[in-house]
Amino acid sequence: MKQPNSVPTSELMLRETASQTAGPYVHIGLALAAAGNPTRDEEIWNEMAKPGAEGELIEVVGTVIDGNGDLVRDAFLEAWQADANGVYQPEFDLKKPFNSFGRTATTFDHGSEWSLKTVKPGPVAHPSGQLMAPHINLAIFARGINIQLQTRLYFEDEAEANAACPVLSRIESPTRRQTLIAKREEADGKVRYRLDIRLQGEGETVFFDF
Amino acid sequence: MQDHNKRFVERDRNWHPPAYAPGYKTSVPRSPQQALASMQQATASELTGPDFRHLRMGPHDNDLLLNFREDPSLSGAAGLPVGERIIMFGRVIDQFGKPVPHTLVEMWQANAGGRYRHRNDRYLAPLDPGFGGVGRTLTDEQGWYRFRTIKPGPYPWPNDPNSWRPSHIHVSVMGPSISTRLITQMYFEGDPLIPLCPIVNTIKDPAAVETMIGRLDMARSKPMDCLAYRFDLVVRGELQTFFENQ
Repeated sequence: MKQPNSVPTSELMLRETASQTAGPYVHIGLALAAAGNPTRDEEIWNEMAKPGAEGELIEVVGTVIDGNGDLVRDAFLEAWQADANGVYQPEFDLKKPFNSFGRTATTFDHGSEWSLKTVKPGPVAHPSGQLMAPHINLAIFARGINIQLQTRLYFEDEAEANAACPVLSRIESPTRRQTLIAKREEADGKVRYRLDIRLQGEGETVFFDF
Repeated sequence: MQDHNKRFVERDRNWHPPAYAPGYKTSVPRSPQQALASMQQATASELTGPDFRHLRMGPHDNDLLLNFREDPSLSGAAGLPVGERIIMFGRVIDQFGKPVPHTLVEMWQANAGGRYRHRNDRYLAPLDPGFGGVGRTLTDEQGWYRFRTIKPGPYPWPNDPNSWRPSHIHVSVMGPSISTRLITQMYFEGDPLIPLCPIVNTIKDPAAVETMIGRLDMARSKPMDCLAYRFDLVVRGELQTFFENQ
């Protein structure tokens, strides 16, 4: 089969199109408001759950920090999570009170935080039959990141489920496991979980290959 | 249990650019030093993904010649953008050549002068009052997508004293799950800046660079109107597992 955009190949299987960094201006394409640009009628953004969604409404926030300890102010993140019953809702529809998919970006202001408004996900079954602890899949894109980094956010107040999670417990280092656990905060009567993502060096977040 | 009969061809991380690519300086502090944690078995969390068929597109979301002038704050003041008018089109297929229908393809780009409509872009080339630089569409039943736009200009950037980005359009594709998610850039066939670009050169295999080249297609051009560039996107292939516990 002829490789698209390329010379013919004798391989039976096509190669994936190569990845490139999303660059410093990813916002004009995928996070229009963050670029200071006009938005369209329907955008994919960070309000994954609205009042009326089943489950506990939460906010999930954090920063992205580079190997120098500096804030990454131009990161773009995508989130994918199950609903409160542990079921993925593939159909993205802004009319629904909950969507499994959301997007956010770190900001160019002082705090430089990303934020997702969502519900706490329920546990999802692992192929082994065990339950995985509630988690949110996060993908991180930014200038200088050549292919997106994939991680998971787990919840501090799910200690028992976290200890039994077949994915989390496979990470050998207990210290590194902690990089995936979001800390619970309460602010203005609302529950908020914080996960700061460290791209490199001390406290480096665990990133997954799948 | 969801999607346990599904898995994807393993991602070849030597084909994609490595995280640490010192020729592209920003990758130096932004690349993990630890090995990626491999998941022995992908789970429903990785094998599922969003389906955007119900995301309501605007009438010109895939037409960058027209979509920016619809911004109400401009009250119709914007004209047509400056630059070479082009059609960018292609198919989204998987590694087995199977079309990926109804998947979201998004793109963004600089204007003909090489400047992005982004508050942080202060390049001296002017903003084009008729050009926003963003588009999106869904592939059809056979995996085809199409945009109408202008060819973006090259621009300098502070990596080396004299680094220039070749003309390029950023392209984002979802595919059937979050495992197939991909962001890349389409470069233009024959551009002499491609081999000089530190971002292109994060890729080791020249054959991998070829997968990012849009090809001039005179047959699909519109006489007296638009040149056409074809850019097919290959996302990870889906393997069916026929046996439990494979």
